[in-house]
Amino acid sequence: MTQPVLTLSGVVFGWPGRAGFSLSVPEFSVTRGERVLLLGESGSGKSTLLSLICGTVLPREGTVEIAGTEITALSGGARDRFRAEQIGVIFQQFNLLPFGTVADNILLPLRFAPARRGRAGNARQAATALCHALGLPETVLQTRAGTLSVGQQQRVAVARALIGQPPLIIADEPTSALDADSQAAFLDLLFDQAEAQGTSLLMVSHDARLGARFDRVVQIGDIARTERPDP
Amino acid sequence: MILRLAMASLFARALTVGMTILAIALSVALFLGVEKVRTGAKASFADTISGTDLIVGARSGSVQLLLYSVFRIGNATNNVTWQSYQDIAARPEVDWIVPISLGDSHRQFRVMGTTTSFFEHYRYRQGRTLEMASGVVMDDLFDAVIGADVAETLGYVVGDPIVVAHGLASFTEHRDQPFRISGVLERTGTPVDRTVIVSMQAIEAIHVDWRSGAQIPGQSTPVDVIRGMDLQPQAVTAALVGVKSPLQTFALQRAINEYPSEPLLAILPGVALQELWAIVGIAETALLAVSAMVVVTALIGMMATVFSSLSERRREMAIFRAMGARPVTVFALLVLEAALMAAAGALLGLAVLYAGLFVAQPMIDEAFGLWLPITAPGSGELWVLAGVTLAGAIVSVLPALRAYKLSLADGMMVRT
Repeated sequence: MTQPVLTLSGVVFGWPGRAGFSLSVPEFSVTRGERVLLLGESGSGKSTLLSLICGTVLPREGTVEIAGTEITALSGGARDRFRAEQIGVIFQQFNLLPFGTVADNILLPLRFAPARRGRAGNARQAATALCHALGLPETVLQTRAGTLSVGQQQRVAVARALIGQPPLIIADEPTSALDADSQAAFLDLLFDQAEAQGTSLLMVSHDARLGARFDRVVQIGDIARTERPDP
Repeated sequence: MILRLAMASLFARALTVGMTILAIALSVALFLGVEKVRTGAKASFADTISGTDLIVGARSGSVQLLLYSVFRIGNATNNVTWQSYQDIAARPEVDWIVPISLGDSHRQFRVMGTTTSFFEHYRYRQGRTLEMASGVVMDDLFDAVIGADVAETLGYVVGDPIVVAHGLASFTEHRDQPFRISGVLERTGTPVDRTVIVSMQAIEAIHVDWRSGAQIPGQSTPVDVIRGMDLQPQAVTAALVGVKSPLQTFALQRAINEYPSEPLLAILPGVALQELWAIVGIAETALLAVSAMVVVTALIGMMATVFSSLSERRREMAIFRAMGARPVTVFALLVLEAALMAAAGALLGLAVLYAGLFVAQPMIDEAFGLWLPITAPGSGELWVLAGVTLAGAIVSVLPALRAYKLSLADGMMVRT
């Protein structure tokens, strides 16, 4: 069995000031290069889970380990830096700073991650290569991100997540804003590039039909238990 | 790159950002303009009289003497006798001396008796001399030269007759001796603009039939008889004195102040002007304070727009956070934006000021006699620019703190 890229163990989280709501994840891990689909309806605690993995919130108990580092032991600033270095993030939509150029957007995480910038080599060339691989015209780099179509924006978001070869990519329903054809094409591109870089992919969706294309499909209810106060 | 993104973000919100910058620009232009007018007024004020080394009058206060002799405000408590005047004029240090006789008026304007040497020696605004807009210096006993304001307000031109009233607010006019306007002076921005100038003899002439401030009943000396009379002045109100060498100024001042036969006062115009400015300058300082408050208001307006932009920019903050930006980076980004807006506003304000000066300078000089010099921005202006930028950064701390807290709570997920 290969080394895990992401491990959650004994994690218990409670939102401060919101008595009753808690999320616990006894055990969950993603191995290197693995593609995992996490299925769950909205309100199932997936946003909280992603926040825990990315280190923007801390669990009350337990540990979150990414690429061999226990991020729950890091300070807030160090976790932000760690996220920049190790995780590529793709949102559902509105991924990009609309006023920045596509190049600005792709290179943004490198601004906060010197080691990742080092891995990227010539960052501009890397961005150009990624755009090319993702089927974006080269001229797109200097256009303002806000002028692109939603599909193009999502592909730019993929390029941004992949640049500098982070070991883990977190994608939060990246296809839900796309139509069915675009969804398939988008996933092809995402998988190809993730595979080429040996990057693990953890994708969250409510759409079980996507499951066939992943190495593993996990119901969020199977790994995490949420408790909320009775209404 | 962060700076470039901050700029791009500002450009993307061009309308609100532009309005904010405009408000700051106008307030800064107002502030710098007030400062400009203030220093200009101070300089103009100090330039009211130049080239005169001493002003001599009956003993009173230096500000009072300055007020009535130069600004024609208030009255002399006493006159200087002709004898004393002659004694001072005869002193070896004296290069020139110009007598001034005040006490009569024409409508709301003061009448000043003097000699033609007044036109030679009176200087204002760093040595500029009085110039005639039309006509000539008084030549005849009943000739009068009027300032620009007098001519404009009363619609007088060369050749018009005018009647001089005795006293200042009196209705008893010296109807017997109508004067004729021989010349109109160019605008100077000094009290000369509001003065009717006649000869010393003319002042004597109109008082021939008067004793102790009242007309002698039934007596009316015909003009041609007056012309034949000896109109030697009995007294002067004040005198402007120029010394041969500046080094002698203080010695002459002391000699006049210690003049044994009569209590006299000699003042240095520059010193007295400074004393006077110390009094009237308070109002100017208040004006400056008010315009500074306008700048503060504009900056608070900017703070409000930054606050109101926060909710629509939470997504942007979340993207920054997801990319690994620390909350403090989000904080710094907002402060940077505010500082950029304030700096842009300050620079634009400076530009507005200079554009305004170029357009308005001649008009202000024409209308108020206030000369505002156009000079390259000095350290004062640069300090204002730096101060506004810094103040912009400081007022943005509050919204930036709010953004900091929001982005700490939101993380990468915006819950709305």
